[in-house]
Amino acid sequence: MKIDRQKMSEQDPLQRSTNFGEVNLGLQEKVALLEAERCLQCRDPKCVSGCPVMVNIPQFLELLSEGNLAAAAQSLLNDNALPSVTGRVCPQETQCEIECIRGNKGLPVAVGYLERFVGDWARGNREQVPMQVAAPTGRKVAVAGAGPGGLTAAGELARRGHDVTIFEALHKPGGVLVYGIPEFRLPKAIVEDEVARLQQAGVKIVCNTVIGRTYTIQELREQFDAVFIANGAGLPVFMNVPGENFKGVYSANEYLTRVNLMSAYQFPQADTPVLVGRRVATVGGGNVAMDAARTAKRIGAEASIIVYRRTRKEMPARAEEIHHAEQEGIDFEFLVAPVEVIGDEKRWVTGLKCVRMQLGAPDASGRARPEIIPGSEFVIPCDVVVVSIGTRANPLLTATCPEMKLNKWGNIVVDENGMTNLPGVFAGGDIVRGAATVILAMGDGKRAAAAMDEYLKTAPPLGSQTV
Amino acid sequence: MHEIIAKQGLSPNVTRLDVKAPRLAKIRQAGQFVIVHRAEGAERIPLTIADADPEKGTIALVIQAVGKSTRDLVAMEPGEFITGIAGPLGKPTELIEKGRALCVGGGVGTAVVHPIAQGLHRQGVSVHSIIGGRSKEWVIFEQELRQLGEVTVCTDDGSHGRKGFVTEAAKELLSAGGIDIVYAVGPVPMMRAVVNLTRPMGVHTIVSLNPVMVDGTGMCGGCRVTVDNQTFFACVDGPEFDGHLVDFEGLMDRLGTYREFEQRATHACESGQCKVGLH
Ligand SMILES: Cc1cc2nc3c(=O)[nH]c(=O)nc-3n(C[C@H](O)[C@H](O)[C@H](O)COP(=O)(O)OP(=O)(O)OC[C@H]3O[C@@H](n4cnc5c(N)ncnc54)[C@H](O)[C@@H]3O)c2cc1C
Ligand SMILES: Cc1cc2nc3c(=O)[nH]c(=O)nc-3n(C[C@H](O)[C@H](O)[C@H](O)COP(=O)(O)OP(=O)(O)OC[C@H]3O[C@@H](n4cnc5c(N)ncnc54)[C@H](O)[C@@H]3O)c2cc1C
Ligand code: SF4
Ligand code: SF4
Ligand code: FES
Repeated sequence: MKIDRQKMSEQDPLQRSTNFGEVNLGLQEKVALLEAERCLQCRDPKCVSGCPVMVNIPQFLELLSEGNLAAAAQSLLNDNALPSVTGRVCPQETQCEIECIRGNKGLPVAVGYLERFVGDWARGNREQVPMQVAAPTGRKVAVAGAGPGGLTAAGELARRGHDVTIFEALHKPGGVLVYGIPEFRLPKAIVEDEVARLQQAGVKIVCNTVIGRTYTIQELREQFDAVFIANGAGLPVFMNVPGENFKGVYSANEYLTRVNLMSAYQFPQADTPVLVGRRVATVGGGNVAMDAARTAKRIGAEASIIVYRRTRKEMPARAEEIHHAEQEGIDFEFLVAPVEVIGDEKRWVTGLKCVRMQLGAPDASGRARPEIIPGSEFVIPCDVVVVSIGTRANPLLTATCPEMKLNKWGNIVVDENGMTNLPGVFAGGDIVRGAATVILAMGDGKRAAAAMDEYLKTAPPLGSQTV
Repeated sequence: MHEIIAKQGLSPNVTRLDVKAPRLAKIRQAGQFVIVHRAEGAERIPLTIADADPEKGTIALVIQAVGKSTRDLVAMEPGEFITGIAGPLGKPTELIEKGRALCVGGGVGTAVVHPIAQGLHRQGVSVHSIIGGRSKEWVIFEQELRQLGEVTVCTDDGSHGRKGFVTEAAKELLSAGGIDIVYAVGPVPMMRAVVNLTRPMGVHTIVSLNPVMVDGTGMCGGCRVTVDNQTFFACVDGPEFDGHLVDFEGLMDRLGTYREFEQRATHACESGQCKVGLH
């Protein structure tokens, strides 16, 4: 029997562009089992090598297709601590699914949807997939940052019996998963569930604690046997064009933080405001830009415009997000680059002056280099501009630990085990890689946790370390 | 969770809260601030650590009630808890090692000047403070500052100290010479006036900027200010900068971003619609 790739049901685009409810509605169990059956159980599964953490995809799909959900969940969770998250946000089409053999003829197995399905099932049936925690080792580990990297490392370390404390700068754990990625793509309840699960396994989470300020890395080294740093890449890059400080210009981080973490969309029920904007121009072509542009529409913008200097093909955002944005009526200005923010006499934003671009010879990254078309200046009228052209390593933590080795961009340098040049201090996620992905941060957390576990077997007892 | 240990009204709209925060009380340095998240759903707002008692494990927040978030805070009573306080944030004040310093404080800025004067005094620097307010009851931290050096009080109506603005008193003192550095904290127009005074004299002047902040960790860029024609994030690069290089117009302008919202929030508050409200 030939089965076609099953479809994800979605909230109607018109309706959803006015609410924060999740866009993808999830698969019915019947549908999920059917889709899982499409897996050919390849002897040499290419999909697995496409996944940065090598999830044993055929194994969990086989168990799923047999209807053995608990076993499928256990198998999946062994490889990936946050399947409900990655099932929603991984760029599957360039990782696991692009490698799937089924894709050679027809459509690949919907690994992402199924991962989400099994992850969600596991969340609803915790008692059937309990976290096995080893006997206490008496070792204490500190984690700086409660994003996907830090949370994964904490879980892996706790499972091995270590006493783990996560220090988080903000008032809520989750990192980008709570302040950046919007509710309509990743409901906050999922992150809260995962955090609760870690806490049940004994992980302590201390919020409002800024490593580098409240405690230095040196102090953590004195009080803990090992340290994992996963403080992310949260330093917004601006365009450096005139008018960038006019009222109405936001970094995507600020815009999304106000709306997501601080619930500004509920103002005045929530205390934090955000400028809604009648016409919002978002500069950039990544996931962050899509999130900002789609958020703008949801909080009431009449027009939400993505301004990107290359073409649709080069956009780094997940294909699904671009597709969803188009469905929701986001406008796209391709091959366009901003040169100035225009404001009125009171310095409120009134427009974004841009030039048109054409694609020239490929650059170092192999992508065609955009070149300015002379005399092509024009203005996009708008009252809010969201700058989403990337982030750099936040220097706050590293600046207070001068002995730690950084690369020229300020990212922490680690060895193949994820260890920095300071013995017992490990790092991973965006602070090491630069802005990357959730699954890569989780992979780093997992790998580092294993290496830390090894390190702790022979590490000198607390207090005897020297610098 | 941080318990409020004591509460004291300092002026008609300025309240001091002493809050339990042992770690912060121990390590805070002059010029540093905290981000206060009063409760779930509340705004995150920056407040200077005006004083600290490491023995009791408390820090002092001195709060001018200007809008919803500050009003909600000063409505809290001893025994109640603030959900989150993150810090100490910002770079510590650049304190001179020896010599004579002038500290100018206007309104609630006087509370921000206080830890700076404390720090200077501890180094053995001679401190002269000039502080001001509308009238007698608006002058704060006079006693505390007197313990650290000489104090000149200025009131607009002459009901206490001299009549007139702090800048006038500062001008006289600076003209007499012998001041090595000026620290000025207060409303933007006051800081700008002080800076305009010291610029031609070539006296190094440090000001503390108060842009709108969200995270306080360098993640959002909302607190960006222009100093020496470059962009800085006040929460990590500041909040103190060389006053002679600060773009005060830009700061003032950006501070007006949410004026309309603030009025709505305050209105909702006053008409009893808000969730927490003034009790
Ligand atoms: C809007 C947006 C959308 C995205 N969409 C996707 C997507 O669809 N798919 C995908 O795979 N990736 C996506 N990404 C990228 C992905 O979220 C990141 O690569 C990932 O979150 C990195 O994880 P991390 O653990 O390294 O850091 P983060 O998630 O950044 O977490 C770091 C945590 O550390 C905390 N912290 C920072 N400094 C300190 C300090 N000094 N002390 C203590 N704590 C500190 C921060 O507050 C934060 O909670 C997106 C990113 C953004 C911003
Ligand atoms: C580093 C720093 C230290 C500060 N120290 C003190 C202090 O010790 N005592 C004190 O009373 N005030 C201090 N402030 C100012 C204080 O943070 C604001 O008055 C407060 O956030 C206003 O919030 P609101 O909701 O009560 O008022 P709103 O009605 O929201 O705003 C009133 C005005 O306050 C400013 N403001 C609003 N939101 C913020 C925000 N999130 N961050 C900063 N400013 C904002 C704006 O200029 C606004 O026009 C400091 C600010 C900074 C940046
Ligand atoms: S973690 Fe991401 S890449 Fe790996 S299998 Fe799951 S969806 Fe695919
Ligand atoms: S490559 Fe595709 S068909 Fe083969 S095991 Fe992986 S998911 Fe199944
Ligand atoms: S407050 Fe967000 S970067 Fe300074």
